[in-house]
Amino acid sequence: MTYRLEANALDRLFKALGTKGYVIFGPTVRDSAVVYDRIESPNDLPAGWADQQTNGSYRLVKTDSPAYFDFTAPPQSWKRLLFPPSLHLFRSHRRNGTLEILEEEHETEPMAFLGVRPCDLRALAILDSVYLNGGASDSTYRQRREKTLIIAVNCTRAGGTCFCASMGTGPEAGAGFDLCLTELVSEHDHYFLVESGSAKGESCVSPLQAREATPQEQTSGREAIRTAAAAMGRSLQTQGLPELLAANLSHPRWDQIARRCLACANCTMVCPTCFCSTVEDSTDLSGAIASRTRLWDSCFTAEFSYIHGGSLRPTIKSRYRQWMTHKLSSWVAQFGSFGCVGCGRCITWCPVGIDLTEEARILRGQAAEHV
Amino acid sequence: MVPVPCRVMRTYQETGDTFTLELESLSQDGFSFRPGQFNMLYIHGVGEVPISISGDPHKPESVVHTVRVVGIVTWGIKKLRRRDFLGIRGPFGTPWPVDLAEGNDVVIVAGGIGLAPLRPAIYDILARREKFGKFVLLYGTRGPSDILYFRQLEDWRARFDFDLHVTVDRAFGPWKGNVGVVTTLIPKAHFDPVNTVALICGPEVMMRFTILELLKKGIPEDKIFISMERNMKCGIGLCGHCQFGPHIVCRDGPVFPYSAVRHLLGIREI
Ligand SMILES: Cc1cc2nc3c(=O)[nH]c(=O)nc-3n(C[C@H](O)[C@H](O)[C@H](O)COP(=O)(O)OP(=O)(O)OC[C@H]3O[C@@H](n4cnc5c(N)ncnc54)[C@H](O)[C@@H]3O)c2cc1C
Ligand code: SF4
Ligand code: SF4
Ligand code: FES
Repeated sequence: MTYRLEANALDRLFKALGTKGYVIFGPTVRDSAVVYDRIESPNDLPAGWADQQTNGSYRLVKTDSPAYFDFTAPPQSWKRLLFPPSLHLFRSHRRNGTLEILEEEHETEPMAFLGVRPCDLRALAILDSVYLNGGASDSTYRQRREKTLIIAVNCTRAGGTCFCASMGTGPEAGAGFDLCLTELVSEHDHYFLVESGSAKGESCVSPLQAREATPQEQTSGREAIRTAAAAMGRSLQTQGLPELLAANLSHPRWDQIARRCLACANCTMVCPTCFCSTVEDSTDLSGAIASRTRLWDSCFTAEFSYIHGGSLRPTIKSRYRQWMTHKLSSWVAQFGSFGCVGCGRCITWCPVGIDLTEEARILRGQAAEHV
Repeated sequence: MVPVPCRVMRTYQETGDTFTLELESLSQDGFSFRPGQFNMLYIHGVGEVPISISGDPHKPESVVHTVRVVGIVTWGIKKLRRRDFLGIRGPFGTPWPVDLAEGNDVVIVAGGIGLAPLRPAIYDILARREKFGKFVLLYGTRGPSDILYFRQLEDWRARFDFDLHVTVDRAFGPWKGNVGVVTTLIPKAHFDPVNTVALICGPEVMMRFTILELLKKGIPEDKIFISMERNMKCGIGLCGHCQFGPHIVCRDGPVFPYSAVRHLLGIREI
């Protein structure tokens, strides 16, 4: 069932989540950008802020709209809350010639993610397929993920670099949310459509005291989402793309991209699905206690592929190729889906404005010419 | 992700830069692994590296590794003495297809430290020697003083059911054996190509040329197996470092059938 919640009653959702013991993380404005952080009430939401994004540029602008969720994908995604940029793994104690290695305990409080965009919702599903499935799983990720309630918010405005519609990941939320909101603003009306996607989500609905949405209101919601899809300026043609890239590893286009790419690793840091990590070992002054920390890593560094004798990917060309072929080709073989959800962050945050949808299009065109 | 402390029982020098480490088994049931698998060895405060298991799979009472000193962690492993501790996680990765090779001739080609990950397969084959046809080991290394497991190779060479050849890249002094890269041994080796399984480990270029020679002899592509080396941080498919095209080497490898990696081997910086 779909409900209608008045915008000025949104604090009921915060109260309901608080009563259930959730710490709420959601969008808020900090340093001229939207960030996901702890929020206490609707007052913390970025009401009246919208972003302008294009290749290599992000700007928040004030609008007249009272909308809380008028922004699109902000620089950081939710991954940092489940897969922290830095995490202590264990401590090793050396005493009298013996070694004792103890796993670092991490407290996990139940978290509610409020405002998960459809692309980011899919990105969480992709991270799940990396960290939770298969033989090994990451225990911190698992603990946090299990305690997380997800409140998606459908997109009714397309961001300047988004291409989720072509990836099949948005602008309407797919599976995986506990609650899903659609914000509707008109001249004299401002409300949310609320749907639940799980029992956990359903139990948050009654405290909202929301009434059932009329068919007309539901239609307005669908139309707003459709408008966003239609307004999306970029697209990625995914059909046959994994095979195409795998067959063009020696294509001359990689050399051209390499001339622009700075190997700054921005794209991997902002990407909601990039999951690579490294570890760092250190000791206290006496050397008796050592600890190991896991840190985000990027395939754009030379050390990433270092083995005795040197880096296996010494050139930027091979590193960009690793990144793009991983996202759009090898990922499919490894985890059964693309490693890209079309959020556009890597396009916005690339200092030289490289756009992977454009690169894919050029490779496709030139590869076709070569046949 | 947390290593288990493990005590050093013995260490012995193999060559100038390579030594073998024997660790006490982790549990009462012993340490079981399959030939070709590796462990992550952790040195307190220094780091953790992937090292193949080089011991006998039929002797689970100890965990054996052969290590070449090339940098900080391997140097830290070398400094360990009897009764010292290190951390260990494993075993990880795919094994050599020894069972699949039953009924076939087996050719093992090793380059340098690449003999270490192949030694468990040799033990395994010798333990049920009658199940296999001809058994050939071709081993190439830099110089006579770099020959690993010297005594053991001598013992094995004395067997009538094991055709073993060693070559060195360069020789000084009294060496009377073969000189030249390991691929030069292949044309002279005797085996029935279509019914042969080949296991190869060594530097990537050495493996590429070895494969070409073996294919020339007529060994089918799907009976050739190699062990790949990549940077590894986690060993369990989570850190992304060991990728080789679509393969996650710590999880899908390190042992691969040639047919799965053929299209990648020739590509530079992949
Ligand atoms: C599956 C597998 C099996 C291996 N088996 C053996 C073996 O049986 N015996 C042996 O001597 N060596 C083996 N190696 C190579 C061994 O892991 C490296 O020599 C070792 O990591 C070098 O570490 P270092 O700190 O001494 O060197 P440094 O050059 O100081 O390296 C610094 C760091 O880079 C990384 N690194 C460097 N070289 C490698 C490498 N080749 N592979 C992965 N990570 C690397 C490590 O994280 C290392 O701590 C194996 C490698 C792999 C992937
Ligand atoms: S590759 Fe780029 S567009 Fe795709 S999910 Fe990552 S940051 Fe978003
Ligand atoms: S694109 Fe690079 S950083 Fe991102 S997951 Fe793949 S290898 Fe890791
Ligand atoms: S070593 Fe981490 S994924 Fe293979």
